[in-house]
Amino acid sequence: MAITAKAFKYGDDINTDYIISGKYKFKSNDMAAMSVHAMEELDPRYYEKVSPQGGFLVAGSNFGMGSSREQAPLVLIGSNTKAVLAKSFARIFYRNAINTGLPVVECDTDLIDDGDDLELDLEGGVLKNLTQGTEIPFAPLPPVMAQLLADGGLVEHFKKHGGFAVS
Amino acid sequence: MPYTVHLPRTFSARGGMLCEPDRERVSVIPGKTIAEKIFSAHSGTDAYAGDIVVANVDFVMGQDGTTPLAIRALENMGVDRVFDPAKVAVVMDHSSPSPIEGVSALHTMMREFGKKTGAKVYDVGCGVCHQLIPEAGHVVPGDLMVGCDSHTCTYGAVNVFSTGVGSTDGAAAMASGKLWFKVPDTMKVTYSGEMQPGVFSKDLILALAGEIGVDGATYMALEFHGPVIDALSVDARMTISNMAIEVGAKAGLMRADATTLAWYEGRGSRTPQPVDPDADAVYAEEITLDASALGPQIAKPHAVGNVSPVEEVAGTPIAQGFIGTCTNGRLEDLKIAADILRGRKVHPDVRLIVAPASKQIFLDAMEAGYIRDLVEAGAILVAPGCGPCVGTHNGVPSDGENVISTANRNFKGRMGNSNAFIYLGSPATVAASVIEGAITDPRKYFTGQGA
Repeated sequence: MAITAKAFKYGDDINTDYIISGKYKFKSNDMAAMSVHAMEELDPRYYEKVSPQGGFLVAGSNFGMGSSREQAPLVLIGSNTKAVLAKSFARIFYRNAINTGLPVVECDTDLIDDGDDLELDLEGGVLKNLTQGTEIPFAPLPPVMAQLLADGGLVEHFKKHGGFAVS
Repeated sequence: MPYTVHLPRTFSARGGMLCEPDRERVSVIPGKTIAEKIFSAHSGTDAYAGDIVVANVDFVMGQDGTTPLAIRALENMGVDRVFDPAKVAVVMDHSSPSPIEGVSALHTMMREFGKKTGAKVYDVGCGVCHQLIPEAGHVVPGDLMVGCDSHTCTYGAVNVFSTGVGSTDGAAAMASGKLWFKVPDTMKVTYSGEMQPGVFSKDLILALAGEIGVDGATYMALEFHGPVIDALSVDARMTISNMAIEVGAKAGLMRADATTLAWYEGRGSRTPQPVDPDADAVYAEEITLDASALGPQIAKPHAVGNVSPVEEVAGTPIAQGFIGTCTNGRLEDLKIAADILRGRKVHPDVRLIVAPASKQIFLDAMEAGYIRDLVEAGAILVAPGCGPCVGTHNGVPSDGENVISTANRNFKGRMGNSNAFIYLGSPATVAASVIEGAITDPRKYFTGQGA
């Protein structure tokens, strides 16, 4: 199923403190309340801009560096972020995103400008920049992660198989 | 870009005239890094970098910022126990004691989880998870463990493959005692030469971050070697491994030597199983840094890789100093600071906050007189734990203020105020700076001393 939404573009080395600050994330387990603060350190209007229509968070290299907080992908989901597109990801964030059901796409984000309309078909492996009329290639998920995502994330994978059933 | 090394496991020498049939196979087995050996032993496979393995973990840890989500994930999995209560611990350290009702409720949730499952609970005031787990002997050399905190890489200093994971991965490991891993490539980091007086292990790791950048080792394990590492105490080694994540690494491994094994005497009941890399281990990258040429280093706002020699920022005014954290809140760190501050005063325009990394360190530092030295100099002691590092309480800086800290991160807003500026340095640099009220080269307190 293809998702169409606007690109909201930011830079390199975006850390998880910027995605959700420690001063909020330690306060509660209520992700809906926390989501209004998503990306606040970089863009105080992120939630306001992205949540009504949904959007793609587009970044440079090393997205999600820093802490292991799973609140980071959760508040992005809570702010109606459809997927994160970046040149590269930090490893803990990448795992957390798959585990919580936030699609992550490694691709050349120089081919996307802020405000571009994008269409992403994860299963079909196609990313289109509708504004620029281009198609952007991206690497498929590693098989183990594709398997987890196909089961609906790690929790569902565990419920289904009673433990790890990856190969 | 680092390349993936994937060598054939065995080569067959076919048609050898002299060989008996069972000697025909000549094994040419490539050597293994520490990471490859630990993953092989824990997965029952012949694991090399790039392989995906499901491995048994020896211990699983969570803290108060991450455990509540792990508890929720376990509930969603329909799991109401942990795989082995002796191998799971939860620690209240990030907002501890609780500054607000929401956190109090999460702490209650963690205590109830401990009662229900038998998992070990380290309640408020016990200290920082990354001090408590090795201090109690929960992990020993040769182990594989995961923690729901990115600085779990700290125990690489005692030859444990330890790495940070999110709450759902942590929950899966708590439930099953297993987790899937991609066996990482390894970057070998060698510190040559000899450290100069006034230079500490914090300066070594900051120099590496400055050299390779904050994504210089993404997806890789680091292996630290060389005479400089061999000469360090376990406290000082932990500072280095703690910051492996700041260059994107999955682990920051060191060998277990006589220093490590001596440190383990009397800690817990488990026997260390040291893992050395093979002499012919294959490294994706190798880097050597000359410690002899290195002075004190500072990471400037707002990135850990934004590193300069202290001389370049000396004189920058500061409003707050902080000594503590999983990076530099250990006994040796408090001693270094106390030795400088003894008989001197913190500048009247500066607040110095000190948080020992654990209750045991607090007691040991009291016994040694360091706490008195620090408090008489003007320090404010806060409960063992993460202190103001994560911006939850205990010293949120004001708008426009500069802070010099022994922590591992200086991201904008990290200490709770986006309009403050955080500089990172060694305990000696922080101690020297709070006296002057400005960033100061600590080497003036070490003249005439040998390294």
